[in-house]
Amino acid sequence: MLTVQNIYKTFNAGTANEVRPLRGVSLDIPEGAFLVILGGNGSGKSTLLNAIAGTFPLDNGEIHLAGHNVTRWQEHRRARLIGRVFQNPFTGTAPNMSIAENFALAIRRGQARGLGWALTKNLMDELRDRVKELRMGLEDRLGNAIGSLSGGQRQALTLLMATCLKPALLLLDEHTAALDPKSADQIIRVTEEVIKRHKLTTLMVTHSMQQAANLGDRIVMMHRGSVAYRFEGADKQRLRVEDLLARFEELRRREMLDDSVAALLQENYI
Amino acid sequence: MTLLLGALTIGLILSLLALGIYISYRVFDIADITVDGSITFGAAICAVLIVNRVNPLLATLAGFAGGVVAGTVTGILQAKFKINPLLSGILVMTGLYSVNLHVMGKSNIPLLSAESLTTWAERMGQSWFGNPEVNLGGWMVSTRDLVTLLAVLAMIVTACLGLYWFFRTELGTAMRASGDNPQMIRALGVNVERYRIMGLALSNGLVGIAGALLAQYQGFADAQMGIGMVVWGLASVIIGESLTGSRSLGLAIFGAVAGSILFRLLVAIALRWGLNPNDLKLVTALFVFAALVLPRLLQQRKRPVAAPLGSS
Ligand SMILES: Nc1ncnc2c1ncn2[C@@H]1O[C@H](COP(=O)(O)OP(=O)(O)OP(=O)(O)O)[C@@H](O)[C@H]1O
Ligand SMILES: [Mg+2]
Repeated sequence: MLTVQNIYKTFNAGTANEVRPLRGVSLDIPEGAFLVILGGNGSGKSTLLNAIAGTFPLDNGEIHLAGHNVTRWQEHRRARLIGRVFQNPFTGTAPNMSIAENFALAIRRGQARGLGWALTKNLMDELRDRVKELRMGLEDRLGNAIGSLSGGQRQALTLLMATCLKPALLLLDEHTAALDPKSADQIIRVTEEVIKRHKLTTLMVTHSMQQAANLGDRIVMMHRGSVAYRFEGADKQRLRVEDLLARFEELRRREMLDDSVAALLQENYI
Repeated sequence: MTLLLGALTIGLILSLLALGIYISYRVFDIADITVDGSITFGAAICAVLIVNRVNPLLATLAGFAGGVVAGTVTGILQAKFKINPLLSGILVMTGLYSVNLHVMGKSNIPLLSAESLTTWAERMGQSWFGNPEVNLGGWMVSTRDLVTLLAVLAMIVTACLGLYWFFRTELGTAMRASGDNPQMIRALGVNVERYRIMGLALSNGLVGIAGALLAQYQGFADAQMGIGMVVWGLASVIIGESLTGSRSLGLAIFGAVAGSILFRLLVAIALRWGLNPNDLKLVTALFVFAALVLPRLLQQRKRPVAAPLGSS
């Protein structure tokens, strides 16, 4: 379904700001799977999702999605297959346009847009039903600009927009990180519901061990641009928050060791 | 009264310019100086065709096409060659200056003796009223001016309705979103670069019509007629926004037209009161400067009061 083969990316190559956020990442995700991606700050999680979405061209490696080799597809072309929710609630919606208009944009994700009226009656009826399911009272405010809503409300709508046309792949990048705990729980509940109902293949980045332990059927933990640990099947089901924290600690120690070895080498040989 | 009719007519014609600027400035957040060149381009093409006895309606449409081409070039410079939007506009405007001189073959083409939309209006006035002058609420006005005003009004209303309709279609909604949040709309499958090119083409196309109509109304096309038009359009859009006080699409479009008319009336009054015409551009620039800076200054003065409310 989704295959990521040994992908590499370097930003600002050859300058003082050179970063290598992806150093040979591979994933193989069957249809309907729900992968949770963990990892420290700067370990390359968002860059991995951006690579899959096609935000930038890869240096190396290939990406196959739903039977297509999408490696050379531009972002707007891949959008036909991918629904996305971003960390920042401001990224996923057009603030000066109404809830209804944002939804009208999403319902034609990846399809031709013609000179037909955007806000048809059918669309409004469908939208009202779907928004009602969020139980946020937004169904009476469809004409309001999205910019006037709270972050949680915007994320809920973005999730709805990303999934109203069933995507082959759903990408969630810390989509609850900017929310207060109550809204975050609410969004996670909605996320679970939507993924279950439409049997969506999902990649979700999170910093919450709790979410990682409770959600999904597989986990990868990233470290310095590559996958450090993978858990699947029964392993994943057995995994508890403490186990995950222990793995994190291990990575942290390994990193310190790396740094001290580097320092040692530098002292002795340079 | 003649003065008022004239100011209204020019204000209406230039409202096409304001609508064009609304698209580039408000939808895409670009100050697109291409319009200085494309308004002249529209006028030049139209004038040359009219002098060569082409149907004036076709000549006006050719002015639109000229504007579309100019806007497309600016759009391509921005989207494909990643040149800074302001610089792209400056490049195309500068290039158009020479193009316009080539199109016209000289720096000024008079149209007074040629068959244009204005002569059509004159003839229509004659046949409707049977008289070169008509009594309008106690004022004697020339039927030519009156019919011209009405015809221009009809065109502007059509343009506004067309634009409103377009921006409510799937395509137009996506175009507005490309300006509002490019990252989001790209993730929804829109080729933002292409939409930006289309938007600038449409914007400059409207400006091209404004040029074509202006040339026919004032009876000549001139290589210098575009200078400062972008600031003029910005002033109209900004006045329109303060009139309607709203970002809603319909009101914004109406506001751009109303702003253009009001601004032209203010200018006519100022000139009547003895403003030196040479100072007009300076005054316009100062006006736009004030309109851009004042709201921010006011906000800064309010902030200390607003902050505790916002954080509670
Ligand atoms: N477009 C870019 N240009 C330059 N550097 C980039 C770009 N995108 C990401 N990076 C760099 O790549 C590294 C990895 O970033 P990334 O956002 O993938 O980390 P992350 O795992 O998502 O971290 P976080 O948990 O903080 O979100 C960082 O050092 C970041 O600065
Ligand atoms: Mg990230």
